[in-house]
Amino acid sequence: MNALYLVLLGLGGFTLGYVFYSRFISERIFRLDPAFVTPAHAQEDGVDFVPTNRWVLWGHHFTSVAGAAPIVGPAIAVIWGWLPAFLWVVFGTVFFAGVHDAGALWASVRNRGTSIGSLTESVVGKRARSLFMVVIFLLLLMVNAVFAIIIARLFVDFPSSVIPAWFVIAVALAIGWLLYRRGVGLLWPSVIGVLLLYGSMVVGNWVPVSLPGPIGGLDVPAQWVLLLFAYAAVASLLPVWMLLQPRDYINGLQLFIGLGIFFLAVILAAPSVVAPAINPSVPEGTPPLLPLLFVTIACGAISGFHGLVSSGTTSKQLDREPDVRFVGFLGATGEGALALAAIIACTAGFATLGDWQGFYSSFTSGGLGAFVQGGGTIIAAGLRIPQAFGETLLAVMAVLFAATTMDTGVRLQRYIIQEWGSLYGVERLTGRYLPTALAVVSCLALAFGAGGGAGTGGLLIWPLFGTTNQLLAGLTLLVLSVFLMKLGRPSVYTLVPFTFLLTMATLALLFQLRGFWAAGQYFLFGLDVVILVVTIWVVLESLGALQRARRQLAADR
Amino acid sequence: MTPLPEGVGRVLALVREFYEAPHRGALARARQEEEDLFMLLVFTELMGVPNPAAYHTLELLPLVIEDFHAWHQRMGMERSPLDHIRCC
Repeated sequence: MNALYLVLLGLGGFTLGYVFYSRFISERIFRLDPAFVTPAHAQEDGVDFVPTNRWVLWGHHFTSVAGAAPIVGPAIAVIWGWLPAFLWVVFGTVFFAGVHDAGALWASVRNRGTSIGSLTESVVGKRARSLFMVVIFLLLLMVNAVFAIIIARLFVDFPSSVIPAWFVIAVALAIGWLLYRRGVGLLWPSVIGVLLLYGSMVVGNWVPVSLPGPIGGLDVPAQWVLLLFAYAAVASLLPVWMLLQPRDYINGLQLFIGLGIFFLAVILAAPSVVAPAINPSVPEGTPPLLPLLFVTIACGAISGFHGLVSSGTTSKQLDREPDVRFVGFLGATGEGALALAAIIACTAGFATLGDWQGFYSSFTSGGLGAFVQGGGTIIAAGLRIPQAFGETLLAVMAVLFAATTMDTGVRLQRYIIQEWGSLYGVERLTGRYLPTALAVVSCLALAFGAGGGAGTGGLLIWPLFGTTNQLLAGLTLLVLSVFLMKLGRPSVYTLVPFTFLLTMATLALLFQLRGFWAAGQYFLFGLDVVILVVTIWVVLESLGALQRARRQLAADR
Repeated sequence: MTPLPEGVGRVLALVREFYEAPHRGALARARQEEEDLFMLLVFTELMGVPNPAAYHTLELLPLVIEDFHAWHQRMGMERSPLDHIRCC
C-alpha cells in the first residue's frame, strides 16, 4: 500500500474530527461562550495573564506539547503492524486527546486560570491534589531518564548528530544575548540561527563525533547520559532568557520546518508501506498488543502532560472562550500529525519487508533509530538529497526535542521539590541547588537502575512512562467529568475515555509488574507499585466526589 | 532600510509574541528579584550597614524613593523600616 493513503486518511480523519466532533463538544458540552470574560482579561496583569492571539497561543501550545514522545511511542508500537498504531493515533487524537486538551483548558479558564492540580483540590479534595503531585513528579522523573537514554543512543548510532545537537546551544545563547541584552529584532537572528543550525548538520556529516570508549567501567552511552544530565542541571539553573527561551523558540521553528519537509517528502516520494498491517509474527518477548499498545503510544494519541500545559500557562492567555476549540483541539491534532509522520517513517522508510523485520527484531530495538533511518530514506528519496543528511536532520530534530524536554523537566522537578520544601517546612529544600541536585540524582538512579549503563535496557521504562502519562490523562478526564456533572451537563464524553484509559493503564501496570518481578528489576517493580497505589487512591477519591456531585444534583432537582 | 510591507510586519509581530509569550511570567519574576536586590543595595547605608558605594547610592535615592513603599511591603515589612522615611 502507498504511504500517501495513510497521509490522506490520517489528515482526513483529523479534519473530520475537528469540523464535526470538536464543534459538537464545544457547542453542546462545554458551551463555549463568546461573551464570557476569560481570566486573561479579568485578571490581566501583563505578566501571567495576557490576552494572546489564538494563532500564537496555538503555536506555543503545540510546540510545548509536541516533542520526542509522539515520535518514540509510534516508532516502537509499529512492531504490532501499522494498522493498530494508525487507528489508535487517529481515533485517540480526535476522541481522547482533543477532548482532554480542550477540556482541561476550558475547565481552567472557567476556574480563574488555575492549574489542573489546584482544580483537583477544589473539585475533588486536598488529598487528591497531593497524590496528583506525586504522579506528576514520577512522570517527570521517567521522562528525564528515558530521554537521556534515548539521546545517548542516538548519539552512538548517528554520530553525525553530535556536533549540530551541541552547536545549537551556542546558537540559542547567541540569540538570547542578542535579543535580551542588545535589543536586536527577532527576524535576522532567527533566519541566521536556522541557517547555522542546518549548516552545522552538514558539518556534522563531515565530522561525525564518537566518544573514545569505555572509561573506568562506564561505557559510551553511560558517559553520554552523565554528560546530558550535567547539561540539564546547568541549563535548568540558568536564567530563562539566556538558554531556555531561545532554545524553545528554535525548537518550535524546527518542528514546523521538519514536519513540512517530511510531509512534502512523503508526497514527492510516495513510498510504499512495507510493514504488514498487522504483524503476524511479532518477535519473541514482545508484550501483547492489548493493553500495551495504548500505553506505548501515549503522546500522539492522548497524554496527561498536555493537561498540565493547557491548565498551567495556555489558559491564562486565552483571549476569547471559543478559542478553546482552536487551541485545544488543533494543538492535539498537531501532535497527532507528528505521530502520523513517525508511523509512516517507521513503516514506509524501508526497502523490503525483510529490512523492516531486521530492524524490528525485538520489542526495544525499533524506536527512534527506525524513525531516523526510515524517515531519512524517505526525505532522501523525496527531496533528492544524500540519505546521510536526511538521517542527520531527523536525528538532530529528535535530540533537540528530547534535550529541551529534559532541561524543562529538571526545572519543573526542582519547582515541585521546592514546593514540598516550603509545604513541609524543610528550609534547605527551598533553595535552588539542592533540589536540582536531588532531581538529577533521582533521574540518574532511574536511568542506570533500568540498564542505562548498557544503554540498551533504558527503553524498558518507556511503557511505564506511557502508563503514568495515560493515568494522568485519565485523572484529568475524571476531574473534568466531576466538574461537568456539577454543572449538570453530560459527562459521558469524558467518562468513556476515562474508563477506557484507566482499564488499559491498570492492566498494563499489572502486566509490567509481573515482568519487572520476573526480570529481577526490583527498582522498577517498586516504582510500578507506587504508581498503582497512588492511582487507585486518586480514583477512589474522585469517584467519591463524583458520587457526591451526583447526589447534590439529584437533591437540587 | 525600506519599511517592510504591512503583512510581513504583522507576521513578525506574531512571531515576536510566539518568542515572548511563554516565558513572560518567569522573566518578569526574575527582573523583580533583581530590582528588589538593587533596592536593598541602595538602602543599605540608611539601614546602618556600611556601604563603600554610599556616595553613589545616595544619589540614586530620589530615583527609587517612589518604589520604596511597594518594596518594603513586598519584602514582608508592613511598616517602613526606616524612621526618617515615613511612607506609611
